[in-house]
Formats: sequence, C-alpha cells, structure tokens
Amino acid sequence: MTVLNVVQAVNHALREEMTRNDKVVILGEDVGIDGGVFRATEGLYQEFGPNRVIDTPLAESGIIGVSIGMALYGLRPVPEIQFMDFIYPGFDQIQSELAKFRYRSGGQYTTPVVIRTPYGGGIKGSHYHSQSTEAFFTHTPGLKVVIPATPYDAKGLLTSAMRDPDPILFLEPKKIYRTVRGEVPNDEYTVPIGKANIAREGNDVVVFAYGAMLHVALEAAELAAAKGINVEVVDIRTLAPFDIETIINSVKKTGRVIILHEACKTCGFGAEIAAQIAERCILNLKAPILRVAGFDVPFPYVLEDEYMPNAPRVLAAVEKVYNF
Amino acid sequence: MTLELLQVIKPSGESVAKMEPEIPKDELRRLYHVMVLTRNLDTRGLQLQRQGRIGFYIGCLGQEAAHIGSVYALKPEDWVFPAYREVGAMLLRGITLNQLLDHYFANSEDVQKGRQLTNLFGVKTANYVTGSAPIATQIPQAVGAALAAKIRGDPIVTLTYFGDGATSENDFHTGMNFAGVYKTPIVFFCLNNHWAISLPVERQTASETIAIKAQAYGFEGIRVDGNDILAVYRTTKDAVEKARKGGGPTLIEAVTYRMGPHSSSDDPKRYRTEQELEEWQKRDPLARFRKYLERKGMWSEADEKKTQDETNREIDEAVQHAEKLPKPALETLFTDVYAEMPWNLEEQLRELREEKRQGGCDN
Repeated sequence: MTVLNVVQAVNHALREEMTRNDKVVILGEDVGIDGGVFRATEGLYQEFGPNRVIDTPLAESGIIGVSIGMALYGLRPVPEIQFMDFIYPGFDQIQSELAKFRYRSGGQYTTPVVIRTPYGGGIKGSHYHSQSTEAFFTHTPGLKVVIPATPYDAKGLLTSAMRDPDPILFLEPKKIYRTVRGEVPNDEYTVPIGKANIAREGNDVVVFAYGAMLHVALEAAELAAAKGINVEVVDIRTLAPFDIETIINSVKKTGRVIILHEACKTCGFGAEIAAQIAERCILNLKAPILRVAGFDVPFPYVLEDEYMPNAPRVLAAVEKVYNF
Repeated sequence: MTLELLQVIKPSGESVAKMEPEIPKDELRRLYHVMVLTRNLDTRGLQLQRQGRIGFYIGCLGQEAAHIGSVYALKPEDWVFPAYREVGAMLLRGITLNQLLDHYFANSEDVQKGRQLTNLFGVKTANYVTGSAPIATQIPQAVGAALAAKIRGDPIVTLTYFGDGATSENDFHTGMNFAGVYKTPIVFFCLNNHWAISLPVERQTASETIAIKAQAYGFEGIRVDGNDILAVYRTTKDAVEKARKGGGPTLIEAVTYRMGPHSSSDDPKRYRTEQELEEWQKRDPLARFRKYLERKGMWSEADEKKTQDETNREIDEAVQHAEKLPKPALETLFTDVYAEMPWNLEEQLRELREEKRQGGCDN
C-alpha cells in the first residue's frame, strides 16, 4: 500500500497498464513532455517514448477521431481532453462515431477508447474550467460513463476501463485531484465498472453522490450523525450503465432519498435516478425525493462557493426529508 | 501543380501514351466490368427505392471512374474509410452483391443487422470501414488508423473518400492537419462532384481548387480528371506508393460530377440546369473507358452485351435472394450497443417481447 492522491492514482494506473499492454497509447494536448497540465501523465513520455505518449495539435475532434481510428486498427488509445469544458468540438466524434461503431457495423468494428478528462468545479476556474456535463454523455447509448471519487477507485476503475471492450468516458473530479488522499495497493487490482459503492452505511436517509460530491455527502453525514440522523452514502461510480440494484436496495432500506451532484439540476443525472426510484419503489418512500444540485446557470466565477453544493446544504435537505 | 488537371484518356477515347499506367489487358477488362456492374447496381438501387421495395437509396452515378480507379491502387491489407458514394470500391474490395443486396433490403443476413441506411456499409474482412452520415467524421479516423499502423511498423496505407462539401467541415481540416504533423501514410481522396445537395462547390470554398488546400497542411495536393479511370489510378498509385515509403499524405481532388440526385429523397431540377447535366453526360466515365478499350481492340460489342446481361442477371439473383429473407430478429434492436447487454437494455428487450406477445406477434 502507498498513500496517493487521485491524480497520482491515475498516473499509476496508466503506467502499470502501459507496461502490461503495449497497445495502450496516450494522446492529447501537452500530455507528453509536459506530463499534462494536471500532471496526470507525468513521466510517461520519458518512460514509454513518443510512439506511446503522443502530443497532439490543439483540436479535440482530431484527438477523439484519431483515437477512434487507432482503436479500429487494434490499439487501446487513452486520449486526454484537457478540460471537460473543451470536449465539445469532439462531441460529434463521441456521439455519432465512438458510441455507434459496434452497433452500426453489426458488431464487426469496435472502438475501445478511454477518454480521460478532468471535470467539475472547485478550483476557481470559472465557466470554462469547471463544468459537469456528464448528462450529455449518459444520454448516449453505446458509451459508458465512469467517475471515481477516491484514489483507490481512480486506479482500479481506470485499469478496468483500459481493459473494457466498450468506449468509456472517464471523468476525473479535478477538485479532489490533490485534496483527497488514500491508500492504494501497489499490486495490480481492478474495481468493476457498473457497480456502486456503499461508502457509509445508514438507516434513516440515503444520499446518492459521485465524484467530488461524495466527500460533501460524507461530511454532511457526519453533521447529521451529530444530530442523531443515520445517513447512508452511496457512491454511484458508474453512471452508465448505473447500478440499479444497489440504488433500489438503499431506497428500500432508508425510505428517504437525497441525490447530490454539482451539475445543473434540470435534466441532470439525478433526474434519472429519481425517475427510476419512482418507477420501481415509490411506495417505499417516506418523503419526497430531493435533489441538491448546481443551479440552472452557467458556471460562475467569483460566486463559485455559493454555486457549489456543500455539506450544510445537503444537511438541510437531509433534515427536511427526515422530518417530513 | 494544383491547378493542372491530370488526364490520360481524352473524351474521344484517345490516350496520352506516355501517361498510361501498366495494367494487363485482363485487368483493364475487369475494371470496366466492375464499372458496368456498379452502374447497373446503382440504377437498380434507385429503381428498388422508387418501387417501394427498399427504403432509401444514395447513388454514385457518374463517379464510377473516380472511386474504382482509386481503390484499385490499394493492396488488400490497406484500409478504406469511405463516405457513401463508392459502391464500385466496395465491389472491387471483394464485398459481394449478396452482401450488398442483403444490406439494401436490411434483412436477417445483413452483416450490419439492418441498422444503416443504404450504402453506409462496411465489411471488416475487406478492410472497408463502416461509414456514417455525418460528413467528414471518417477523415480523422482514417488518420488515426494510419498513425496506428505507422506506430506498429505495419507497411499499410489508409485511403479516405469524401466529397467537396466535406472540405467545409472541421474534421477535414483537423484530419489534414494531424496527418501533416505526423506524416501518416494516408491518401485523402476528394470526389469533387460539384454539388453538396443543392450547393455548388463555389459556395463551399473560395479556393481556386480543393487540391490547393493541401499546401496549407504541408503536403502535396493533386487534381485529376475524375472521369478518367486511368488518370485516377495513376495518381492514386503514386500517392499510395509515396505513403507506403514513408513520404506522408497526399490530397487528391478528383474532378467529377454527381449525375444523379443527392439521394432518393432529392430532386436536382430545383437547383441545377439540364444543360449542365448534359455537358457532363458527354464526359461519362464509362463511355470514355469503353472507347479507350475499343480503340485498343480490347472490347467489342459482343463483350458489351455479355457484360450487361451478366451483371444484370447477377443483380437479379441477389435481389431475389435478399428480398425473400425476413427482417433481423427482434433482439438485434438491443445487441451490439455494448459488448454485453446491460440491465436496462435487457429489461427493455423483455418489455418489447412481452408487448409483441400480447399483440399476437411471435417475432
């Protein structure tokens, strides 16, 4: 075991998988000599050379389109998009191409590409370095969407992603790149895609969260415990396809549901969880489902702290459903 | 260089001897045969749509020399990233009439399981990648495959087809730029057919030619008479050999004409004149190559009749076979979205089966 932060865990996963599988290649802006603007690929260019870690021109549709071609040819590209906010020039390649190749070719062609990109607020990055638009991508059949919240999961999920037969959008919560540290095995291990994690057990209320918001949920759970409310926290981890069984079990156990994400509330991923709960176990609910989410506004700059969901806001929602 | 239009066969059928590529007689005859097969299949495709027997058709009338001549310059291990107006390229790559007609009818034998509009087709064993309707998206992908081959040390070339309209898209410029930077073994093959649905090429670009755009990306652009199969072959072969030797990419602009509608849903009379079409009909690529072969004593009236009859009979047989087959199975609506079907798709398939069962269907 070694204590690592999230970005170090990502780096370890990349290095180890590149060592095991010479088909894994990294490409993106500044990922080579510079090691990436967040240093996720630090040292890899020096270790694996320019044919495995490829600095690209500044063009996201090119990075993703070229990755698709490499995957069709048999490589395992792991492109980095520098910030999720810059992914949109490549959206056509993700939506119309990457996610559709297996289906449209009748299973002849596959595109196992893992797109890594830092997402989310909390770094005073303003509108264009802070957004969480995972819902655009969870609405895309053929694509998997994975979001780790701990160093352990970052390494284990990324390793699984690089061995998965399907294309994956791997969203890295940049707010906790360096602030969350944890023990990570030195040996090879994987964390399964498609499985949620019960990060804290409780009986009174369940909070569903992912990414940086997991830690806000855990903080709120501590505050609630001091008030005698026993909160369960579930880390969704894979948004597409998400773990319906764990979600429904926690709803049945607690009967009170908070869904937490920093993305805009309307049509956010929380809406899907709420709808699934309503369809499957509405009669198990003791209170309305509440969402604690980002506001339906462009991501702010100076008022970021007001925008981002925090533990007091989650606690207020927990108390509201508890006392309903 | 980029303004010249390379030509080997004049419209009269006479040729420029020093420009003629070395192709054996049997191969020349085979190329013409594939052109005829393509023309007849294309005609039949549009007819089948008009008769309501297939849902949609998008054709390549007038562009046969451009795509058949170019794909002939490739080796089997090379990769093609097509657009959708390259039916003859599919045939020459070994994709069979049965495979194509099963796809046109979107039946249970269609290798793509009835999931794509007509001529958005690919067969992996032919190294012919399944295309899509968004324009120019295949261009950076072709660069990626070429880059992968270069990294792996495989001596293969990729060739990607696109139209003049595609040169307005971001992905054209991005793909060209990446290829220039990495010097990938690729041929960018633009079928400049003068029309992107209703817009003439002058409304796509203010550049004097499309070929000239290559200069900005640091490699060569060449214009060729796209209705002259030998000129197309010669040009493409040079570009492919250059790429294979590590010389990097080439942009080829094949100047041709879309003699038919954009698709079965389009009426070109709304935006272009009959006179313009008639001018290009005089430059028909099949008529020109046939005249060339006849002048060389390689083709006769009897050959022509035999080829027309044979190709039409083969098409008939493939149509009859394809039309009899049922639709793909219900579950193919849900398979191949992912390698393994996730719970939500399994659930939706169960619900659809139940709906069908209650409705009295047993699909």
